[in-house]
Amino acid sequence: MDRPFAITLDVGTSRANHTGSWRIERPVYVDRLPPCNDACPAGENIQGWLYHAESGDYEAAWRTLVQENPLPAVMGRVCFHPCETACNRVQVDEAVGINAVERFLGDTAIERGWSLPAPGPDTGHTVLVVGAGPAGLSAAYHLRRLGHAVRLVDSSPRLGGMLRYGIPAYRLPRTVLDAEIDRIVALGVQVATEHPVLDIEAEQRAWGADAVFLAVGAQLGKRVHIPAGDSTKVVDAVSFLHQVADDDPPLLGRRVVVYGGGDTAMDAARTARRLGATDAVIVYRRNRDKMPAHPEEVEQALGEGVTVRWLSTVERFEGGRLVLERMRLTPDGLPEPTGEYDELDADALVLALGQDTDLSLLEGAGAVTVSNGVVEVGHQMMTTQPGIFAGGDVAPSERTATVAVGHGKHAARGIDAYLRAETPARPERHALASFDRLNTWYYADAPRTRRPELELVRRQTNFEEVVRGLTEDNALFEARRCLSCGNCFECDNCFGVCPDNAVIKLGPGERYAFNYDFCKGCGICARECPCGAIEMVPERI
Amino acid sequence: MSETRVHFYQVGSFAVGNRLLSADERTVQSDRRRTNSIDSGHRACQGCGEALGARYALDAAMRVTSGQLVAVNATGCLEVFSTPFPETSWQIPWLHSLFGNAPAVATGVAAALRVKGRDQVRVVGQAGDGGTVDIGFGTLSGMFERNDDVLFVCYDNEGYMNTGVQRSAATPPTARTATTDAVGPEPGNAFGQGKDVPRIAMAHGIPYVATATVADLHDLERKVERAMSFHGARYLHVFVPCPLGWGAASSETIHVARLAKETGIFPVYEAEYGEVTGVTKIRRQAPVTEYLRLQRRYAHLFGHPGRPDVVARLQAMADANIARYGLLATEEDE
Ligand SMILES: Cc1ncc(C[n+]2csc(CCOP(=O)(O)OP(=O)(O)O)c2C)c(N)n1
Ligand code: SF4
Ligand SMILES: [Mg+2]
Repeated sequence: MDRPFAITLDVGTSRANHTGSWRIERPVYVDRLPPCNDACPAGENIQGWLYHAESGDYEAAWRTLVQENPLPAVMGRVCFHPCETACNRVQVDEAVGINAVERFLGDTAIERGWSLPAPGPDTGHTVLVVGAGPAGLSAAYHLRRLGHAVRLVDSSPRLGGMLRYGIPAYRLPRTVLDAEIDRIVALGVQVATEHPVLDIEAEQRAWGADAVFLAVGAQLGKRVHIPAGDSTKVVDAVSFLHQVADDDPPLLGRRVVVYGGGDTAMDAARTARRLGATDAVIVYRRNRDKMPAHPEEVEQALGEGVTVRWLSTVERFEGGRLVLERMRLTPDGLPEPTGEYDELDADALVLALGQDTDLSLLEGAGAVTVSNGVVEVGHQMMTTQPGIFAGGDVAPSERTATVAVGHGKHAARGIDAYLRAETPARPERHALASFDRLNTWYYADAPRTRRPELELVRRQTNFEEVVRGLTEDNALFEARRCLSCGNCFECDNCFGVCPDNAVIKLGPGERYAFNYDFCKGCGICARECPCGAIEMVPERI
Repeated sequence: MSETRVHFYQVGSFAVGNRLLSADERTVQSDRRRTNSIDSGHRACQGCGEALGARYALDAAMRVTSGQLVAVNATGCLEVFSTPFPETSWQIPWLHSLFGNAPAVATGVAAALRVKGRDQVRVVGQAGDGGTVDIGFGTLSGMFERNDDVLFVCYDNEGYMNTGVQRSAATPPTARTATTDAVGPEPGNAFGQGKDVPRIAMAHGIPYVATATVADLHDLERKVERAMSFHGARYLHVFVPCPLGWGAASSETIHVARLAKETGIFPVYEAEYGEVTGVTKIRRQAPVTEYLRLQRRYAHLFGHPGRPDVVARLQAMADANIARYGLLATEEDE
């Protein structure tokens, strides 16, 4: 071959030199578990649906969301969003407003009439779901998707359980609730309302059901003995809220005292205000730090003029006077009586001291173990009696709507495995995408968009929704604040920063791959990945 | 003069690309069709900042000139690791000069192209800091003075890395090199010496002078593009960490460069016809110790008892840069 003067070898490309042999560590792409997903009781893939929302593809976002949770418009209002508490962005500026975006997606879906994914092919199995609250609804949805016939029964005239009869309309408008329930029922759920179940086994036989999901909730307001005169009005918060939901509110008078410090106490006090109480006073035995109610709810209640008597217990209620005993906190934070008393004028006392379950329907089902007033459940929500599953407030839990939705989903998967006589698979869990794995340099500063709240005055007297939704612009902005913790979002950093051109860009949606022939293992890509989706692993040498 | 940053996307315009940005808001490096002026298989050390800086600068120049580019390269790491005969990593027309004459050779290439009427072909000369601020300095100054139509890029890794980390006139005070031992009362390189070539270039009054780092790709690419919009002599001084010579982890190359800018140690700015026209502000200010501690060439300043007095002098230098160029962001910059 002819070569130029004085050239004895052909000039070749340096690609002949496989520098990959230098490597002692190799980069690998990983998907880590974002802390929001980790914290979500309903097991939502939050980072996954925000990813679609970021590009403005709200339908894809909603479709990803309802893979796990069929009630986004409801949850976008009532969930206490542990995801936001866990959000890594807290350490940059403020948490991503996940809940607000969820609500935006839920509302958009209702507005545009998107329907839930179609039911799966018929399996020939029938499942009885007792109780149409968040757990029951969620189970019904997931069971239909798995192809099982569902009979959903509830003792109340309408579906929704505590979502309808416990959560006031100013937090959850009924049109929204109805829309999301209707969408589930439309999947072919056979419904029976005003249908109390007295004996679970008899009920199961009657429907010819192959499995049962028990989700009757905790509807009995706890009672304590408070010496009270005959003429005094003492009601429990659960029945009070139920009656209001039924449009049949009891007359409580102008001065209403609510006893308790949980979310139900807040709901009851705020509802009393809306019904015309001039004084709505919460009596709570510990201080604000120790209060179990969600801080946002406390904030809103105080903003609406609800007042709180901290460190107090109700001693007795006689003739329009309430006697309170002052408490103090022991060093371990427990309240102890001081022997000092206060008086308070009151027309009615609402007890919001927690709720019990009514499990009398289990009397025939001898093998179901009940302890401490709740049903024992194992992996995937099965009780100690095979074929009977339980979830929501009847099972041991934090008793929130979101936990109930998660229970419903797990139970549906457990029931499916049971009916197919398979051992339920435990999905593998990725390592957590903790904050220290992020390279926050790359994220632009972007403080959070707040949901507007109804002006205080307006909300004290009506049941109009208090917290308004985000506009599309704001929802998009908020979604784009997501750091995409632990999951590649195609920022091209690895592709750009490799000094050896050893990263192959596969194209939109396809992410990247390493060319290990040339990767020297310097680790720059892993170091500069904003979201911690690259891991360096030792090379076997 | 400095660019507008995109704020509202997930990563703003700090990352290389982003699926949410329009194509013209992404970098050349995010493009699958980028030239890759230096191909894989080169023998630069793991995490080499110079290999990265050269690909960034040349790919950007290739894009603005639509591939009508010739590069002239002085002796130094970049030349050595890319062309061990018979292999080459260059995917652009590329000439190797001597250690000291790259600016003169680049001038000659530009003159030859002009004579041949091929004015559309542009010339980039490039060298390490040794080849630029020391041995190549005479020819560089001549090239500036004649205003030859060349963009000269210096990849500053603050020493003669190719021959084993000797001191250059770009080596910072106190840094340990093979020729500046970290011993005695004034350990490492001496204070008060060396050359600030970007400022010397500005003093020539040439059309465009800029500094950049491998940590800010958008900034670097924009400067190459800006430089190519001028004819005549232009100078780009790119800060490129050297993991081996500086004793830093190979994974930290970009991070170290970022800290050089965020501490004020390496001011990032641009100038036209001798006047500063733009400054890249510090975004998250950091003390110099954060930068120094990542590098073993400064290890003698730390530990017990360490040399807090010397660290304070380095901090004072950074502070002087901050004051001179106005590197801190003001309210209006937000
Ligand atoms: C006239 C001459 N003297 C010395 C050398 C040896 N030499 C080759 S590269 C180099 C140092 C290069 O340093 P720099 O320009 O900073 O580039 P780097 O290798 O650091 O990228 C030296 C001294 C040479 N090639 N020619
Ligand atoms: S940056 Fe490139 S060479 Fe370095 S570890 Fe990543 S792929 Fe390998
Ligand atoms: Mg050098």
